[in-house]
Amino acid sequence: MTSLLWLIPIALVLGTCALGTFVWALRSGQFDDPNGDAERMLNDDDFPLT
Amino acid sequence: MSVALASFVRTSGDTASLDLIVGGARCGGCLAKIENGLQSQPNVSEARMNLSTSRLHLVWEGTADLADGFAKDLQEMGFSAGPYIPDEADAADLAQSQTLLLAMAVAAFGLMNVMILSIAVWSGGGDMSTTTQNLLHWLSAAIALPVAVFSGRPFFASAWQALRAKTTNMDVPISLAIALACGLSLYETWQGETHTYFDAALMLIFLLLIGRVLDARLRARTGLAARQLAALHVHNARRLTEGNGVETVPTTLLTPGDRVLVASGERVPADGIILSGKSRLDAALVTGETALQAVVPGDALYSGTINRGAPLTVEIHKASADSFLADIAAMVDAGQQTQARYVRLADRAARAYVPVVHSLALLTFIGWSIVGGSPRTAILNAIAVLIITCPCALGLAVPAVQVVAVGRLFAKGVLIRSGDALERLATVRHVVFDKTGTLTEGRVRADVSGVSAADSALVSSLAHHSTHPLSQSLHGPETASSADAVEEVTGQGLKGVISGHEVRLGQARFMNKSGNDRPGLWARIDSREPFQIIVEDPIRPEAAATVKALASANLDVSILSGDAVETVNAVAASLGITDVTARAEPAEKLAYISALQDAGNPVLMVGDGLNDAPALAHADASAALASGTEISRSTSDIVLQGDTLAGLPFAIQVARAAKRRVMENFAFAIGYNMLAVPLAIFGYVTPLVAAIAMSASSLIVTLNALRMRRVGAYEGPSHPGQDYDEGRS
Repeated sequence: MTSLLWLIPIALVLGTCALGTFVWALRSGQFDDPNGDAERMLNDDDFPLT
Repeated sequence: MSVALASFVRTSGDTASLDLIVGGARCGGCLAKIENGLQSQPNVSEARMNLSTSRLHLVWEGTADLADGFAKDLQEMGFSAGPYIPDEADAADLAQSQTLLLAMAVAAFGLMNVMILSIAVWSGGGDMSTTTQNLLHWLSAAIALPVAVFSGRPFFASAWQALRAKTTNMDVPISLAIALACGLSLYETWQGETHTYFDAALMLIFLLLIGRVLDARLRARTGLAARQLAALHVHNARRLTEGNGVETVPTTLLTPGDRVLVASGERVPADGIILSGKSRLDAALVTGETALQAVVPGDALYSGTINRGAPLTVEIHKASADSFLADIAAMVDAGQQTQARYVRLADRAARAYVPVVHSLALLTFIGWSIVGGSPRTAILNAIAVLIITCPCALGLAVPAVQVVAVGRLFAKGVLIRSGDALERLATVRHVVFDKTGTLTEGRVRADVSGVSAADSALVSSLAHHSTHPLSQSLHGPETASSADAVEEVTGQGLKGVISGHEVRLGQARFMNKSGNDRPGLWARIDSREPFQIIVEDPIRPEAAATVKALASANLDVSILSGDAVETVNAVAASLGITDVTARAEPAEKLAYISALQDAGNPVLMVGDGLNDAPALAHADASAALASGTEISRSTSDIVLQGDTLAGLPFAIQVARAAKRRVMENFAFAIGYNMLAVPLAIFGYVTPLVAAIAMSASSLIVTLNALRMRRVGAYEGPSHPGQDYDEGRS
């Protein structure tokens, strides 16, 4: 059972990383235009992001 | 429509930027067309289109004056463009949807970590030592409590608001269930017992937040139609200053006594009187009449009419807020109050649901106390009832269906204003059409099929020299040959010499046939026999099929028009409509709609003119064509794009299917509760059962909503980006 002592912290750290990544994605505007992005990736030409 | 965009441009140094609302962009092809088209312009450094909000962000090097050119480019590509005016409601919507997404993410994080620990406890069961189990419970508490506080805020805040206003809403039982589940679990953990509901509390929050996120997304998309119209509605006026200079000011700043310039093609910004200039006026907005009116100095002008001739100088005598358009807006507002009385399905469900759940939980507690259970068992089972009746399925039932339905209609060029408009549309039993501009195209068109090509080219070339609507109906797409010695005889006709032929166009007596006073439009070439040109407002090609489709959907169809009896009857006969009312004033149209409603028939009004606006606002649901007047579009629940009625039966079909799905979801939620509640009352619901029941019911409801994707087969009107779409593979 001692394995729990390091497995649980690892699970929490990984989860926090995932949450942090989501918050970053949210803050950087990646959820502003879900419909446009869904269509945009089907276009052959690349558009500059900024 | 002319809106000076320059005043909406933000400049800093050499760069200028502008946000536009673009109408008609619906797919990736439109995106590519708009962005590539604008970026290929030498000055443009950034063109980014947001398809979810229909907003285009433009940045360019140069002056603000270039803005109108970009709008023109967009129009040539087939998209409408108006300035985007950010308002507080928009900003609040955005902030709210971001908060909800963040809350959902945090809940997901907490839920997953707590679930890992809970599964260990459930599966470890007997083998696990009490110490380990307690450790896992305390860890769960440490994760779940802060997460519940953070992610539960949207529910707590709304429940608190409701309670302070001495009412209840759906968020009251939700908040209670979350708080009790967390509180009880903490107590159990402290006592070293096995039953903790941390995972259930977080799952409740997570699933409900999905519903809220969907709802927010729906509002963002449906607000779009309204915003698009609001943006187009803004006008700038060109005011003459003391020194006879011209300044551009927002219409709202005009005061009585101001003098404004109204150029050809512009709208009159506020009610006023003509000081100088002679012109023709397009008053279709006011009267619904397509023929132009001649106006001279001293004539009164209504706001919203369009100058189709020479520039006019107008003295304003009413502020724009007191003008004709504002009066109509007041009538419309009154109508919308009646629509606002409609209670949404979800709210009706919540009203029935809340008291039932709370009484059941209370009865469970009392029952267990009576039969001699310990207070702990009684409380545990009462809370299990609150958790298991979790309104997850209810919370997802409506938004999931509506998001799918509205998205599907949007892709087919049908804009719906709100989720409850969709619900109201599903109840409709009677469809009332306006005639001019709705069932017909609203433009007179000349039929030259009986005339030789050479003759019609001559007549058309001559017609190019006149702005009279009958002449305009003759304008062909081919380039006109120039005419010499053109002379317009007011009230009679037009004559000129083209390629050596003397051509006359106008009334019968203008053809030099004395005593001949036959009606209609006539033309004569040289000294040949005059021939008649048939001019009519053609019925839309899709109108007959639309009426037929509506009738086969068990809807009564009638025509309600302000036009003359014979014209209306002719249209009705060719479309197979028997219920006809002609010569109806706006107020009579309103009364007609009310009478139908009083007879118990929910009405869908389809119109395009200002004179329809009060009826549109008063009907249970309303639809307008995107080509109709601004006011009819902003009043309507549905805006049909692509200048076609064909989307209407499809919209009704989708609305009815959506209502069926919502009802199915409700029925399922009720059935689920009938099964789960007795289990909870009698104490069989363990945290494991609660977790499975909740996720399963939410999943089923969502999957049922997704079935909406397959409703009906309707191609939708073609739109500008389609060629791009078809090109990609």
